[in-house]
Amino acid sequence: MNYTEKLQHVSVLGAAGKMGSGILLLTAIEMTDLSLQPENKGKKFVLNAIDLSFEALQGLIEYVKVQALKAAEKKTVQLRKWYADRSDLIENGDIIQAYVEDVIRMIRPVTDMKAAYDSYLVFEAVNENKALKVKLFTDIDAHNPHQPWFLTNTSSVPIHEIDEEAKLNGRIMGVHFYNPPAIQRLVELIAANNTLAEVKEFATQFAKNLRKVIVHSNDYAGFIGNGHFMRDALHGIQQAEELMKTYSFTQAIYMVNKVSQDYLVRPMGIFQLIDYVGIDVVQFIMQVMNPHLPDENLHSELLDKLMASGVKGGQHADGSQKDGFFVYERGRIAKVYDLNSASYHAVDAIAAEADAALGQFPQGGIAWKTILRDPNKDQKLQDWFHSFKLMNDLGAKLALKYGKRSCEIGQKLVDDNVALAVEDVNTVMMTGFFHAYGPINDFFAS
Amino acid sequence: MKLRRKIYMAAGYNTISLGTGRKEFNPRKERPGLEYYMSEAGKGTLAQIGGAENVDESVIGNFMAARFNKQGHLGSFMPMVDEGLKYKPSSRVEGACASGGLSLLSGIRSVLSETAEVVLSMGVEVQNTQKAIYGADVLAGAGWFQKRKAGQAYFFPGQFSDRAGAYGKKVGEDKARLAFATWFKNAIENARLCETAQEFHNTAPDLMALGMTKPNGKVFTDHLNVFDCSKVSDGASAIAILSEEGLNRCGIDKKDAVEVVGFGHAVADITQDPEDLTRLTTIEQAVKMAFDSAGITKDDLATAEVHDCFSVAGVLITEALGFANEGKGADFVAAGNTARNGIIPMNTTGGLIGWGHPTGATGVHQAVTIWEQLTGKAGDAQITIPANKPYGMTINMGGDDKTVVAIVYKTVE
Repeated sequence: MNYTEKLQHVSVLGAAGKMGSGILLLTAIEMTDLSLQPENKGKKFVLNAIDLSFEALQGLIEYVKVQALKAAEKKTVQLRKWYADRSDLIENGDIIQAYVEDVIRMIRPVTDMKAAYDSYLVFEAVNENKALKVKLFTDIDAHNPHQPWFLTNTSSVPIHEIDEEAKLNGRIMGVHFYNPPAIQRLVELIAANNTLAEVKEFATQFAKNLRKVIVHSNDYAGFIGNGHFMRDALHGIQQAEELMKTYSFTQAIYMVNKVSQDYLVRPMGIFQLIDYVGIDVVQFIMQVMNPHLPDENLHSELLDKLMASGVKGGQHADGSQKDGFFVYERGRIAKVYDLNSASYHAVDAIAAEADAALGQFPQGGIAWKTILRDPNKDQKLQDWFHSFKLMNDLGAKLALKYGKRSCEIGQKLVDDNVALAVEDVNTVMMTGFFHAYGPINDFFAS
Repeated sequence: MKLRRKIYMAAGYNTISLGTGRKEFNPRKERPGLEYYMSEAGKGTLAQIGGAENVDESVIGNFMAARFNKQGHLGSFMPMVDEGLKYKPSSRVEGACASGGLSLLSGIRSVLSETAEVVLSMGVEVQNTQKAIYGADVLAGAGWFQKRKAGQAYFFPGQFSDRAGAYGKKVGEDKARLAFATWFKNAIENARLCETAQEFHNTAPDLMALGMTKPNGKVFTDHLNVFDCSKVSDGASAIAILSEEGLNRCGIDKKDAVEVVGFGHAVADITQDPEDLTRLTTIEQAVKMAFDSAGITKDDLATAEVHDCFSVAGVLITEALGFANEGKGADFVAAGNTARNGIIPMNTTGGLIGWGHPTGATGVHQAVTIWEQLTGKAGDAQITIPANKPYGMTINMGGDDKTVVAIVYKTVE
């Protein structure tokens, strides 16, 4: 079966979820593009969007409509060629509309898993729960006569474990998208030790056609992305816990968040990032990863306590941010959670004292947004971080420590053979996490 | 054909050309509509001629408000601009991107025929009502609809890309590209001197490098890059067309007016492909008619406003005007001869690429610019008008060299 044939009958599990909807969209577009090629005219393409809730599936179709329209408007030059034989479609507007309809027509929203019994390819984007994944794959594989291939979007579960438990004999591959899949350019590809060569080839081709930045990661829990993020988050939490000995809970959280954003020139502070991903998700991924890390304890009591008091972060269905470490107003931090009093405190009431504790903010601040495209980025960052070393202020010291730890974490991923190369770690953090520089650098070396 | 009566233009007014590049432009926010632009430009001119009571007739050039704004019947908006225009003649004229030129000609003809002494001539277009990919469909109406299916997504960039490709074959691709880039650079540099220009805020440090960008047919066109193209613009321009009596009535000093000494108006068959992709033959015809009726040659021109909807059109027009021999326009432009300090300064406030191209307004905008230059009102963009070259010219083109209006203007002693 060649690439196109594999894509003629596809099911996406968890298609209405945060990751699933993006994966469904990209797959629908890829399948539609294939169906429009002259050699594929007349061939049938089916994409099952499988999810538990019809309501969510309805929202999914709306999402796909809007996104497919945007995609069509961007590639109308190409679409005019693909629809050249349709004499009824003359203006760009006609062609764009036809394309959106073709994408939508490709998709069959269903709540019954059985739809996947006919698919050649199953893309899984359900909850990060190994048992659930194994159960779904086992069931589909038992009823599907085509020996389907399984692509999983897991961000942490080792692929070979799913393969073994679901008895797939290598018909599986990790294809880890970043959130949101339609926009984020990074895809981590993870082959298990016995993943079939043709599955690898297919997954690579698929990611390439989606014009993604591909990083191959070895099959260790958490892979590269979460391998770095989870440890980095834990470092932030520990740094804050250390500060809590001297400062209040809210001050400590504010300070570390500020250091990890403004001092380290990152798009978000570490606690905002945890909120964005979801405190529940971070806790869960740590739980998945921890048993695989005999020399470490990837676990945070602080996160457990937040979860216990109902503070979960994450996003609403419309993409807006739920309350977590912080409450956000128009995308900015407005309040900080205090675990002790189980209530939120206005950031303005915390900032002045906390800023004073951090001390002098290094001269000549660099903004994350502008440094990204600066032709002298490396030199400027070098100078910026070097200036920290000449300071005695708490903020600068915390930042140096943070940067060093991030570098150690990155290097460990290479040493542990999770990442194939230093470059891969840096690419993941710069592409998947929008960092302005890779964690493995010499900015922070003493 | 010498004009049977003295015709003047005065009291020009341009709104800004709004679109990407202007700091005020935000595609997500609501923007002024047709009514706003017509009012601002109309009032701008009326204020300089003693008010609407002095106007006998109005003409408004507009290309496609029916699709861009779902609005027809623009002639009837003039009394909205000023109540004094109520119950006076007013009409809308259309000839694609030469609609503004037709507005001027319509006014000139009314004054020539002595049915009016003062005509308010205006042009307007508000195009940012839709994304460029859909706007391209609307603008494609300047070509033959039966050719639309075979055309490119960006239809007119596609048409002129074919011309640029043919021209590149004729003179050498590198030479053509260098000329197009130089044309772009001149356009932006001139626009930076004119505060109503769409590119007034442009601060790109290396314009030549942008202009030299290799075209990519996969996302745009084979032979033109985006810098070769005029942008999507909203704007209006207005000017008064007057007889001697009209000047007196409005109390306008002749030194504040230009004289219209000749014009040419030619069309070609919209259903036919160009005879030669590397020549603008309809422009050649209209220019010849204009020079003949004015009794001058190209060497008498101090400046010209030419229809550079695409850089390649600007280069080809240097040949159509006779400044360069066939195939030599690229060298002529690359050598800086059309720059503001060159042999023939062209598009001294940026032209369509730099100032902007609100399609139906462009012809009138060109006249306003020439009026400003010949009467010393061009501000920072002012060039020197040599005493022995008291003439200016506008060339306004509709479609792919299908409707052309060329007008010759002269300073008034």
